[in-house]
Amino acid sequence: MRQDPADAAGRAGEPSDRRLTEEGTGLGDNPGRRVLVIACGALAREILAIRRLNGWDRLELTCLPAILHNRPERIVPALRARVAEARARGWRQIVVGYADCGTGGGIDRFCAEEGLSRIDGPHCYSFFDGNAAFAAQAEDEITAFYLTDFLARQFDTLVWQGMGLDRHPELRDMMFGNYDRLVYIAQTEDPALENRARAAAERLGLRFEMRRRGYGDLVPFLAGAVGD
Amino acid sequence: MAEEEDIVLSEMEDDELVQQMHDDLYDGLRDEVVEGVNILLERGWAPYDVLTKALVEGMRIVGIDFRDGILFVPEVLLAANAMKAGMAILKPLLIETGARRVGTMVIGTVKGDIHDIGKNLVSMMMEGAGFEVHDLGINNPVENYLDALEREKPDILGMSALLTTTMPYMKVVIDTLKEKGIRDDYVVLVGGAPLNEEFGRAIGADAYCRDAAVAVETAKQFMERKHNQPATG
Repeated sequence: MRQDPADAAGRAGEPSDRRLTEEGTGLGDNPGRRVLVIACGALAREILAIRRLNGWDRLELTCLPAILHNRPERIVPALRARVAEARARGWRQIVVGYADCGTGGGIDRFCAEEGLSRIDGPHCYSFFDGNAAFAAQAEDEITAFYLTDFLARQFDTLVWQGMGLDRHPELRDMMFGNYDRLVYIAQTEDPALENRARAAAERLGLRFEMRRRGYGDLVPFLAGAVGD
Repeated sequence: MAEEEDIVLSEMEDDELVQQMHDDLYDGLRDEVVEGVNILLERGWAPYDVLTKALVEGMRIVGIDFRDGILFVPEVLLAANAMKAGMAILKPLLIETGARRVGTMVIGTVKGDIHDIGKNLVSMMMEGAGFEVHDLGINNPVENYLDALEREKPDILGMSALLTTTMPYMKVVIDTLKEKGIRDDYVVLVGGAPLNEEFGRAIGADAYCRDAAVAVETAKQFMERKHNQPATG
């Protein structure tokens, strides 16, 4: 039987994409000397992959729902609650696995209050691209709509349904008419995912481009968090 | 099982019809809103009353439910489309009947930013509230704003941005107005998802507007203050 890509899990034991999008993941006790990343669900696979590749077992992950991407004003309150919960459970070393993510400096203000650090950059597609490279071409790409691996997998849930285009496809050009291309910033080499991103571009009526960038600036951020 | 009754707009009393039009606007029912507008006009309603009591009030309710997370962007867009269709009927009539102009506004999304859903809602709601709106569209460098201010001589300048990376450009525009000594000639309103009041204050805007309904209320308040100012000189 074919598996719905929206339900796809990563490696054994990892939560499904649907859970990462809609619910996030919980928080364990007994922190010991471990470092907790409180991250957007859209970064879970990548953070776990980086941890595995580098053997950073001290790194622990808890995720907020990726769907908050569509309502950025709800991110800081959700972060505030999760940080408070983590502290109540004894976690002392915490970092925030978000960029600014449309909060207009809201996450920065929260981090300053709490003495926490976050991932540099305006959005995940920027730090995956490499913030410096992304900023350098920002002016040439103002008409670009971006996908990452997670957003390509969850395009239906986060973009098509999230923006209501499943119910009202006639709104597509009102929402995306000012874009001219979809840029897929790929973390992994996965032809199936590339096809999904291409199909997404077609559905939005946009030209397709792809840049294979790996994990970009997420790696140095996590290295700093574990003190490597 | 209760039978569902067909709603016949033309058989409704005025108050009931206006309520129904609020519901139809809320549900994004373009044809029904147009029909309601035509019925009220046929009954002798002034175009301005149809606009404010049926359409603008209906859209205000949509705005509140969007703010509270009950409605989402697609529903608001459908409602806006329905309102736009109603306004298309009323606009020539309003001009014909010489409805009072509340003020004039130049509005545009800033340089580097192509997002215009919120800005378009503000334009429409401002028009509905009786403002003359000159919409500069998207991706506007400071020169576009300066040209439009010179040309249209508006009361209000509105700027919009959706991106954290583009919202600082609003300060570039305001600083340029200051350099030219014309900052205080205009009320500057700013808006967009990543903005907040603190940002609006920090860049020297007169007000940050959380949504289209707030933008209209804020603009009206500034216009009232302006009219209440004693003449100088």
